[in-house]
Amino acid sequence: MAEAKVQRRRKRLDRGIKARTDTIFVIASKRDTLYLLLPRVLPVIALLILPLVLKGYWGKVLVFACMYGLLALSWDFMACCGLFSLGQALFFGMGAYIAGTLNHYFQIPPIITVPAATLGSGLLCAMLLGPVVRLKGVYFAMITLMLPLLLKKMIDTTGIFGGTHGLPSLSPFPSELVATYLAVVGFLACLFIFRRVINSDYGLVLRAIRDDDRAVMSGAINIYWRKIQAVFISGAVGGFAGALMTHHYQFLGLSTFALDYSILPVAAVALGGQGTFAGAAIGSLFLVPLSESLRALGGLRMAIYCGILIVSIIGLPEGIFHYMARKYHQFEKVVEVK
Amino acid sequence: MEAEPLLRVSRLKKSFGGILAAYDLSFELRRGEFLGVIGPNGSGKTTLVNLITGFVKPNSGQVVFKAKDITGKMPYTIAGMGISRTFQMVRLFYNLPAYKNLIIPLCSSRSKKLWGGKYGERDDIAIDLLDDMGFERDSQVPYKVAGSLPHGYLKRLDLARALALRPEVLILDELFSGMSMSEVASTLPLLEKFNEEGLSIIMIEHRLRELFRVVDRVLVLNFGMKIADGAPAEVMNREEVKKAYLGIHIDLV
Amino acid sequence: MSLLIYGLINSVILALYTVGFSLCYGISGIANFSHGALYILSGFTAWNFLNAAGLPFYLAAVLSVMITAILGFLFYWVLLLRVRGIPLAELIVTFAAGMGMLELLTWKGFYGMRYSLPLFMKGGIEIGPVAIDFQRIFVVGTGVALVVFLWLFVHHTRVGLAFRAMAQNERTALSVGIESDWIGSLSMALGAALAATAAMVILPLGMMESSIGLEVLIYALAVAIVGGLESTLGMIVGSFIIGFGQIAAARYIGAKWMIIVPLAAIVLVLVVKPSGIFGKFKELEERV
Repeated sequence: MAEAKVQRRRKRLDRGIKARTDTIFVIASKRDTLYLLLPRVLPVIALLILPLVLKGYWGKVLVFACMYGLLALSWDFMACCGLFSLGQALFFGMGAYIAGTLNHYFQIPPIITVPAATLGSGLLCAMLLGPVVRLKGVYFAMITLMLPLLLKKMIDTTGIFGGTHGLPSLSPFPSELVATYLAVVGFLACLFIFRRVINSDYGLVLRAIRDDDRAVMSGAINIYWRKIQAVFISGAVGGFAGALMTHHYQFLGLSTFALDYSILPVAAVALGGQGTFAGAAIGSLFLVPLSESLRALGGLRMAIYCGILIVSIIGLPEGIFHYMARKYHQFEKVVEVK
Repeated sequence: MEAEPLLRVSRLKKSFGGILAAYDLSFELRRGEFLGVIGPNGSGKTTLVNLITGFVKPNSGQVVFKAKDITGKMPYTIAGMGISRTFQMVRLFYNLPAYKNLIIPLCSSRSKKLWGGKYGERDDIAIDLLDDMGFERDSQVPYKVAGSLPHGYLKRLDLARALALRPEVLILDELFSGMSMSEVASTLPLLEKFNEEGLSIIMIEHRLRELFRVVDRVLVLNFGMKIADGAPAEVMNREEVKKAYLGIHIDLV
Repeated sequence: MSLLIYGLINSVILALYTVGFSLCYGISGIANFSHGALYILSGFTAWNFLNAAGLPFYLAAVLSVMITAILGFLFYWVLLLRVRGIPLAELIVTFAAGMGMLELLTWKGFYGMRYSLPLFMKGGIEIGPVAIDFQRIFVVGTGVALVVFLWLFVHHTRVGLAFRAMAQNERTALSVGIESDWIGSLSMALGAALAATAAMVILPLGMMESSIGLEVLIYALAVAIVGGLESTLGMIVGSFIIGFGQIAAARYIGAKWMIIVPLAAIVLVLVVKPSGIFGKFKELEERV
């Protein structure tokens, strides 16, 4: 008589508390409400308090993290629409240069240059990328990779807008605290707004375009116009980050088009998980302080981003955020296969 | 009866590399007509739909809708002008709930114009449309993820999606394929009702018995060419048509 | 007259950069964006064999080509295996790998005027008013040989045919017995070897530094896109267009404009005619 081998498999089940909190009656229980609120509210409060706590070097790291976070959010937004860019540096540099040149040549104060750079960057990037949104993913990615390099070299060779050496001594923000809070609040606002938008009907259409653009077209929607809108929005957010950076460091230079600004957002989203914006946020809030603490290794930083990017894409495609959310909401049990 | 046909297709020609999918295709559609398009597999029926709705650009020929030339325009422009279609291979968003699938056409500017004040309540409009299609409003069905629905429901969802645009011309590409007899029996009266209310319909079908009950006129295609155009009974008696459907016994009783 | 000669030399150099990349991407459909990094890495490897191990140049060169080929082969199995079939992920992963390698090299000090490979052909001849060294003539010869090799390989051997089958329709290729992964890794290895060969003949002409890696990638992309993928003729034409364009820009506008030509070419072609001049991939534009 042969012995039947017991086969087991892992089964994922929702936690009890998750099932309970799916309805409106969650507010009846403090514990259940905390389960829902804590992961959302805690990080936000933490971020809002940090500028008061962190000063000097780590204060700057916080600003950096929020700036890169904005770039990662803008990448994620475009990715929701099916546009995968390898050139966030384009948005960043565009915003930086608009803010910097307005400030340098016309002495316009930051309170005007930042909004102007945000809008201007959105408009210009939408115009530049408009003709190519119809291309397949790979080719769109290639062009986004090339454009910041092209702009950087053109500024370098023609010497306009400060050329190779850049423009120094630009106006700063009224105070360190204002500058930091601007970055943090901007980052949080962007996070909230993007999450609301992607869950609205407008966001639904964008996500559908990524899913099956021909089906969306048969619904009488101009997919190319919608994609251009997504580029505008992302370009504006990226430009905002660039403008912040310019006034934070009071310097404008070719480095704003550096590959760094293109690669780290992708690594952050790959690490954190695409599609939820929270993933992009977590990814950048993790990567930036990490790279700062490894500053001693200098150029190795880029190698580390690349390494993390590769490992994330190959090993953990769903990203950390989805993994964590899954762990939070579900548990695993080994069951017998009957 | 209007003097000018609603839709006029003239001498459409399309070849894909070495394959001639459509050759010298011409026909007219009057407002309120119910036109059937039949032919053996590979005769170019879906290509015809793609050519009219802009998914494929013709090598030569013309498509005129409401006296405007729409040849080679973008699919979303043509859909926005009032020609809507379903797909042979159902194209839905399988990871969205059924009613959310309809939100997408409801977000177009055409829908904004035509649904007027009700435009703000897109969710309600979607549930209403599905209710008309047989997705009971009170049941769980409209809210279920589209990927979990059986095939017959998916086909009707596709139809609802096409109708969400309130088109003037509806082109159905093998709507009934894969549907059960009862599903067909419940959908046909719906199509007839819409046709009576003024919707012009072009219907590609293989299920001839059901088709001939509702259509006024039938187009027969073979190898990309039109070989017959007229009333069903008259067309099915033609030699060329019988030869094209070699071996199929057609009983119009 | 000198414009003609320099233009010719430059064009062949560009073609040399592109041969390996074109094999991989245009023919097997693998986007290997670490191509430039592999190019410069082979130079670095050869330098190490020369200086650290004291080997003669030709031995160092051969070893370097072999090692780079193995590296390309490994890249497939380590990086691409999991993301095969998603062109965008392939691009990102290989690009990140390439950039990572380049940054590592920079971190180890591989920049500045300190590194070079020796010329192995001394002396030169004069053609009209222009003096050309033998090394450059050798480069042109190698370039022509490699392009001819590529064409013959792709069109006339069974392995080459298998490569093309893979790019066109992977499923069908699998069903007729072509092992996708084996062929894929072979084409990466071959592409890497071609890059290394190009490096061995071209690098002696100047100084080596890691920033060349990104440059070579851009050049290869530009030539491939302008000429059209999956077209050897396109690659040749593309390299001539960009090659002469660069020399003309340097002569009539300024030397700094040379790098702008390929960048602008990529952007222009993708905007106006994405499939390139001889491209057969119309699918970039319209699909049903």
